[in-house]
Amino acid sequence: MNATPLTQGGNAYNFGFLDEYAKKEVRRAVLKAIAIPGYQVPYASREMPMGRGFGTGGLQLTLALIGPDEVMKVIDQGSDDSVNAVNLRQFIEMTCPGVSTTTKTTGCTLIQSRHRIPELPLTAQQIIVLQVPYPDPLVVVEPSEDKRKTMHGEADYSRLLVKLYEDIVKFDEITISHRYPTRINGHYVIDPSPIPRWDVPKLDDSAALILFGAGREKKIYAVPPHTRAEPLAFSDVPFRVEDFRDGAGQRRACARCGSVDSFLDEFVADSGSKTYQCSDSDWCDGVEASA
Amino acid sequence: MSYVAIKGGGRAIAAAAAVTEYLRTEEGLVGTAAEPLEINAILHQLRHLVDRVISEGGVYHPQFAALAIKQSLGDTLEAAFALRAWRSTRPRLSATPPLDTSRMRLIRRISSAFKEIPGGQMLGPTPDYALRLLRLELLDESPEAFRAVARDWLENCPEARLPDSFPKVLDALRAEGLLPPVSAARSQTAFDITREPLVFPVPRSAALATMARAETGSLLAIAYSNMRGYGDVHPTVAELRVGYLPVLLPHPVTGELTEAGEVLMTECEVVAMYEADKANDSGGKPMFTVGYGACFGHNEVKAISMAILDRALQKGMKDGAANPSEDPEFVLLHVDGVDSMGFASHYKMPHYVTFQSDLDRLRTTQSKNREIA
Repeated sequence: MNATPLTQGGNAYNFGFLDEYAKKEVRRAVLKAIAIPGYQVPYASREMPMGRGFGTGGLQLTLALIGPDEVMKVIDQGSDDSVNAVNLRQFIEMTCPGVSTTTKTTGCTLIQSRHRIPELPLTAQQIIVLQVPYPDPLVVVEPSEDKRKTMHGEADYSRLLVKLYEDIVKFDEITISHRYPTRINGHYVIDPSPIPRWDVPKLDDSAALILFGAGREKKIYAVPPHTRAEPLAFSDVPFRVEDFRDGAGQRRACARCGSVDSFLDEFVADSGSKTYQCSDSDWCDGVEASA
Repeated sequence: MSYVAIKGGGRAIAAAAAVTEYLRTEEGLVGTAAEPLEINAILHQLRHLVDRVISEGGVYHPQFAALAIKQSLGDTLEAAFALRAWRSTRPRLSATPPLDTSRMRLIRRISSAFKEIPGGQMLGPTPDYALRLLRLELLDESPEAFRAVARDWLENCPEARLPDSFPKVLDALRAEGLLPPVSAARSQTAFDITREPLVFPVPRSAALATMARAETGSLLAIAYSNMRGYGDVHPTVAELRVGYLPVLLPHPVTGELTEAGEVLMTECEVVAMYEADKANDSGGKPMFTVGYGACFGHNEVKAISMAILDRALQKGMKDGAANPSEDPEFVLLHVDGVDSMGFASHYKMPHYVTFQSDLDRLRTTQSKNREIA
């Protein structure tokens, strides 16, 4: 076992912070997760030096997978400069000497993200790690983990489908905005993390490996490359992504780069007027540069 | 058209750290005699804070616990968290066999079940019967007076002849056939919650380990719900002991068990009323039941809460949960301070994307409602 000690503020930390046994355990869970697409693999999640809920599950995946030649990108809400993304990136730089970090989606080998999948399609050379607060889509209909485990095993998602149906009866719309339940490889339904519905189609037949890490809930799951991912819907009520059309039916454009095919953040200016701008900052930079 | 700046996160984080550090040290501006809080002062004068942090942090390292208290400005959740995170970087090299708590070097030991117990009651350091009146003279305590107190106490302390170990009250009840004998379960390897995730149903040892490092207030709240009426344990404290437990480890060369040190801990054993003829270890004979609580440090409320919940959970595991405190999932997944404080705090992070998505759903639903109306 090669553990390179790193001296930081008088404390010796291993490369990647975690001790090698912990990393091995995470990797074993990852292999199992890939072998059973969509299945939530329990693992003994370690405490990280940032809060549970701030991406400790994603971070453990990153630290277990990262190598000294990695090109790493960290985003939160689509932005590389969001406070939490900065914090995680600084921690990775501190504990993984030699690793290079980038804000570009092109060229990076490992991405850790919270709430977004980049707009630019990912490649087979890339792995994306998504941070997960609630790993189980059944939690909205069944609080007991023990019972949910049986329901998953039997692919019994009837109560989830009833919830969608009840939404349509009550509101004439499915009200699930993000964390949209998605069936993987025809069996397990996953909570795809709090990505918007806009990002859900990117899970289907993805070239890149998509990993999900829930640190507090101690689960790892995966959507392996080129695997089917189907959001739950009905034949007469199709799945729909967020609608960015204005009152006149015109697709809103990013105020900065003019993009009309990206997920937009809405800002309210001091004057009260609304502005829309790309959520994915690297995408926005790319479109603006090429304009 | 204007657009919103999306840079500056890194600078904001650095500035937040700097202003927090300013608060830690600002006493230096007002008091010329201001000195940094010494680790030793925390270890000794704020010892129950240290006890709480080593217990909730799940690492017996009083010095680092004191450091964590210092750097977190006294926030117990944050301090236990820092200690726990430090532990993640340490490999586990060895495991102790089950340690015999009858060998504890006691500083306090009581039973509320019997007036007199073998070995005797020993009140020890406790605020239980103290009047909670503010001691205003401590507002301005002189260093000389402070140093004299401990010295005088030691000088005037009568020499006590204490035995090396005290018998357990439970053993006497067991000998009388009022409690089930220690079952074969004792030979089972304890579940290690730091290396195995909880997948329900979990063994009792997993429940005990989870509660041993649980956040004190969380454990107390759920145990209190049972005491008040959402449950019916009605415990009697057979024995509560506080003291230093010798820790035995296999010698790295010979494998022989060797004393590696001692840990301050609190142990509580509660006895609850017997149940109607249920099949148990004693072959159906009615017997008292036991609840067990133990944790690092001097934390009596925590140990008692844990013992009550242990008893409640055993009932829930056997007969199904009749209330929240008997439900293993409900109790064990909601008492960890690092988990719960982390998740409560995470709501402060940006949620722009998901909120945008929420807005989309609400606006669409509202516009459909308007069409219908």
